[in-house]
Amino acid sequence: MPGPAIEFRGVSFARPGRPRVLDHFSLTVASGEVLALVGRSGAGKSTLLKLVNRLLLPDEGAVFVEDRDTREWEPIALRRNVGYVMQDVGLFPHMSVADNVAVVPRLAGWSAERIVSRVRELLELVGLPGEELASRWPDELSGGQRKRVGVARALAVDPPVLLMDEPFGALDPLTRAELHAEFRRIQSRLHKTVIIVTHDMGEAFALADRVGVLDDGALIANDSASAVAQSTDPRVRRLLDAVPVIPTSASLSGTPRSASLSGERSTP
Amino acid sequence: MTRLFSFWLSHRAELANLFGQHVLLVAGSTMIAVALGVPLGIFSARRPRLASPLMAVASIVQTVPSLAMFGFLLPVPFIGGVGARAALVVLILYGLLPIVRTTIAGLRGIDPSIREAGVAMGMTPRQLLRQVELPLAAPVILAGVRVSVTIGIGTATIGSTVGALTLGTPIFDGLAGNKIPYVVQGAVLVALFAILTDLIFAGLERRLRPAG
Repeated sequence: MPGPAIEFRGVSFARPGRPRVLDHFSLTVASGEVLALVGRSGAGKSTLLKLVNRLLLPDEGAVFVEDRDTREWEPIALRRNVGYVMQDVGLFPHMSVADNVAVVPRLAGWSAERIVSRVRELLELVGLPGEELASRWPDELSGGQRKRVGVARALAVDPPVLLMDEPFGALDPLTRAELHAEFRRIQSRLHKTVIIVTHDMGEAFALADRVGVLDDGALIANDSASAVAQSTDPRVRRLLDAVPVIPTSASLSGTPRSASLSGERSTP
Repeated sequence: MTRLFSFWLSHRAELANLFGQHVLLVAGSTMIAVALGVPLGIFSARRPRLASPLMAVASIVQTVPSLAMFGFLLPVPFIGGVGARAALVVLILYGLLPIVRTTIAGLRGIDPSIREAGVAMGMTPRQLLRQVELPLAAPVILAGVRVSVTIGIGTATIGSTVGALTLGTPIFDGLAGNKIPYVVQGAVLVALFAILTDLIFAGLERRLRPAG
């Protein structure tokens, strides 16, 4: 049993002049595990991810990535080990799809042939095969395609850890369900350590092995999806009740979500 | 019209020389203004407290009429006086502001999430600047260079008052000697030069757009 891939130990964080978003927050994520953190907007979810790849440093406590404090990591090396899929994807508008995916391999000094074959492999992995698509500009893509490119880019140098900030937000329900299925397929092959933050409990259930609920800078639930689904905590219930009609979205995404909610969660 | 052409023909060697001098002056001053203005813009885009006083000074420089500016520089040793060097200095001073301003605007206009993506992917500040920020700001900076060149072409004309040889030379000679053909041919050539240059920049900007 490997140690935790990511660990928050008593982390507090506040932006200057603002109230604390995290207050003595602790959490561990095992290697190869998919953890979804759910909370309403402003609950500190994005902050939490930025503490992992050292876009931010904690005021108190420490974040460990592969048993090393993020303060001790060389930031660039840390970020090469941590793929980051951003909320608004953040594709570089002046680069083609292929060049966007190739950014980190190029920074890492890979040879041109290796980059070309890796880009092809990645675009196939995320379901965007073909030369034509690879040469397009980001603004010529649909929302769903952009998210896929974002995932491909984050996976480019095969980092063991993947951070996803509202990765499939702002999509129509069908595309979203497709991408959820796609994510599970990719994860079943790659076994990354993944933290997904989302405000959508439905998305958390669709993607994660474990669901944490963030409220007021603290974890108020942290358990398997089925256990969280049965929580009686009113703060958790509020988030659960916000999930739209579950059977419909479950049939769309093609997973036995109703079964998982009743406790017989099947691992994809 | 035919008189104009025959005038051009009979004076073509002289005019070509003046035109060449004019182009050299504008090209040289623009290159120096870009070489100074872009780094200055990058530097001050990150330091808002420095940016506003800098822009204020630059704007004040811009309000000084160019004729007065040449006058001010007359007694200044080395950079001032008469001739092409003084004209070059004035052109650089005028050309700097639009370039600094658009460099700041171009860099500030970049979506912060794009910058953050670069940092999160492990780019050093230098890599971020070269691979992301400057390419994205390039169309805006180019617009500044375009303005600066246009100002330069006009100001270089005035530069002939301090003895720089430019297309302004026949204009001012003509005005002094009451020879209208001199004035007209100089003015028409300057105007053509300005329009042509502007068209070239418009083309350049169009080429940059789809990528930015």
